[in-house]
Amino acid sequence: MIGLQHYLTLSAMLFVLSIAGIIINRRNLILLLMCIELMLLAVNFNFIAFSRYLGDETGQVFVFFILTVAAAEAAIGLAILVVLFRTRRSINVQELNSLKG
Amino acid sequence: MYSYYLTIVLAPLFAAIVAGLFGHKIGRKGAHSITIGAVGLSCLLSFYVLYRMYWGGAEPENVSAYTWAVSDGLRMEIGFLVDRLTALMMAVVTFVSLMVHVYTIGYMHDDPGYQRFFSYISLFTFSMLMLVMSNNFLQLFFGWEAVGLVSYLLIGFWFKRETAIFANLKAFLVNRVGDFGFILGIAAVVMFTGSLDYVAVFGQAEEVAAQSIEVFPGSPWNAMTLICILLFIGAMGKSAQAPLHVWLPDSMEGPTPISALIHAATMVTAGIFMVARMSPLYEFSTTALAVVIVIGAITAFFMGLLGIVQNDIKRVVAYSTLSQLGYMTVALGASAYGAAIFHLMTHAFFKALLFLGAGSVIIAMHHEQDIRKMGGIRKYMPITYWTSLIGSLALIGFPGTAGFFSKDLLIEAVRESHWHGAGAVYWIAYLSVLLGVFVTALYSFRMFFLVFHGEERMDKETRSHLHETPWVVTVPLIMLAIPSLVIGWYTVGPVLFGGFFGDAIVVDPGRDVLAHMGEHWHGPMGLLTHAWQTPVFWLAMAGLATAVYFYLLRPDLPAKIKAKVEGLYNLLDRKYYFDDLYIKGFAAWGRGIGTALWKRGDQFLIDGVLVNGTANSVGKLAGVMRQLQSGYLYTYAFAMIIGLTMFLGWLIWFR
Repeated sequence: MIGLQHYLTLSAMLFVLSIAGIIINRRNLILLLMCIELMLLAVNFNFIAFSRYLGDETGQVFVFFILTVAAAEAAIGLAILVVLFRTRRSINVQELNSLKG
Repeated sequence: MYSYYLTIVLAPLFAAIVAGLFGHKIGRKGAHSITIGAVGLSCLLSFYVLYRMYWGGAEPENVSAYTWAVSDGLRMEIGFLVDRLTALMMAVVTFVSLMVHVYTIGYMHDDPGYQRFFSYISLFTFSMLMLVMSNNFLQLFFGWEAVGLVSYLLIGFWFKRETAIFANLKAFLVNRVGDFGFILGIAAVVMFTGSLDYVAVFGQAEEVAAQSIEVFPGSPWNAMTLICILLFIGAMGKSAQAPLHVWLPDSMEGPTPISALIHAATMVTAGIFMVARMSPLYEFSTTALAVVIVIGAITAFFMGLLGIVQNDIKRVVAYSTLSQLGYMTVALGASAYGAAIFHLMTHAFFKALLFLGAGSVIIAMHHEQDIRKMGGIRKYMPITYWTSLIGSLALIGFPGTAGFFSKDLLIEAVRESHWHGAGAVYWIAYLSVLLGVFVTALYSFRMFFLVFHGEERMDKETRSHLHETPWVVTVPLIMLAIPSLVIGWYTVGPVLFGGFFGDAIVVDPGRDVLAHMGEHWHGPMGLLTHAWQTPVFWLAMAGLATAVYFYLLRPDLPAKIKAKVEGLYNLLDRKYYFDDLYIKGFAAWGRGIGTALWKRGDQFLIDGVLVNGTANSVGKLAGVMRQLQSGYLYTYAFAMIIGLTMFLGWLIWFR
């Protein structure tokens, strides 16, 4: 029987994966964006699992909102990425350190 | 009469403001017209007040004009106490001031600061009048400081000269030393009597004299002695008594009219006047009077000696002023206040005359002041010659002149003042004033002969331009020469022995030397016919004869004597090393503290450690902190995760 804890474990694994992706990845900015998406999806997983477990649909409604926002965010993120590439001729994360103190 | 008093005081102030602030609008003519008009008005009214006081039999008036503040029962007022002492001072001050104003037209003729100068001297007259007419200590202090301020402005009038700036700073600083004592004295008066008003303070004099105060732990002082000595320290500064005399000779850097106005006739007399005004206090403290008499005696004799070696025409007169102020102080110390004020009055006339005469010579010599480069000026400047002769004779106390009556009786009063006992104080004072007569005669006529007689030592260029000065210069000379000659004859009886001052001057009957002398008074003629019997006369004649011998008959001798007594000459030439002591001692010490505070305190501690130090340490901290800002997204993300984890951990385990 697949219970709540399995879903939560999967969600946690996805979350940790995405964090690892953000921290370890030093090449590609697109990968970073994808990791953020993955993080959101991990959260969504939690919502749905708890929604089902508690028998409350609010969590599922929340997931829709998050998906919408995530889509918008992905669009903006990619747009920024394109602009960034045009100016810097690179999307290498290790070269993007103009905020260095 | 109240409106008269206000007019007397405010007219010079008004003129000073107009000439000072609107000088460029009203022009030179406007500036001297308004100031001379105002001071002339003051002078006329002052003489009217004096006339009413003496011949009109008017009672002394004590009016309060304005209450400035009342604090804890202490009334701070502006008011006028006009009695015969004040009236006499007002007349002397305004008359000499008026003469100086007229003279200034000639002396400052080519000076670019013409209007400014007139503004200052009018302001000075105002300050001095405020001082003498005051009926309380606060206004006295105001006048006291105001004359100090204006003298500072006037001594440094030619502010582009290095020496003038040095001299005015010196005058200001030395006066500060005196004023420090003075304000402490006023504070002591307030502490013991709770009042600033003269009448109220004098009324409590006896109670104050019964109290004592521990100045230093374990040594109780009589309160009155303390007050009187502190006030006298103020007088020492203003009246240039040793050891606070050093500013007066240097103040000769100012234009000559100023020397005449401030440093001969009016400002320096403020201290003498103040002590005479405070006679109801001083009479309760014989200790303070002993201090006064000793300081005066030292000044009278030793400052006179310095006049012998000076070569600047104005400095010789300056040292004679110091010496004469010493005479007045000695008289104050001998409780002969009347004699001091009388000498003050005659001295004001003949000393102003001498200064203006010296100024007249300086104009003719194209601002050459060294008497070694003069000589034989007599035939070029007859009016200056004769008036200066009158001034010099009056200064040495030649029988018949004003100075004779005042100085002879002053010395007589000192001789009679037995109440000091026949102790050291008495002998110091008497010997000093007696020997001072010889010295006075010697340096006065040394200068006189070197300037007006003998061979002509100036260069050809100057000689060809040498001629008598214009009427604006000579008229004041003549106007001052007349009182220098005759005023003693007419006023000696009433002022000294006629009870002129009434209640203004209080003397303990036990040592009222003037009253004692008055019993043997047979009029000025009697004094004159007995003149040749007194040592004063013979000492003056001896001084005169010495001057004749050394500077007319054997002009080669002084240089030889100078070579013989090199050490003594140096001592006098360096003014007993007072300047060196003050400049290298106190001033260097003060500057050392100042430099230390500036370098260590301000630059190092405040600027370095506190202000810049704060900024630097913030900068350094930021320099360390900035290392955290790598600029890489993943480090920030990592930091966020760590932070998040820590918060979560805290929530889970510690809550």
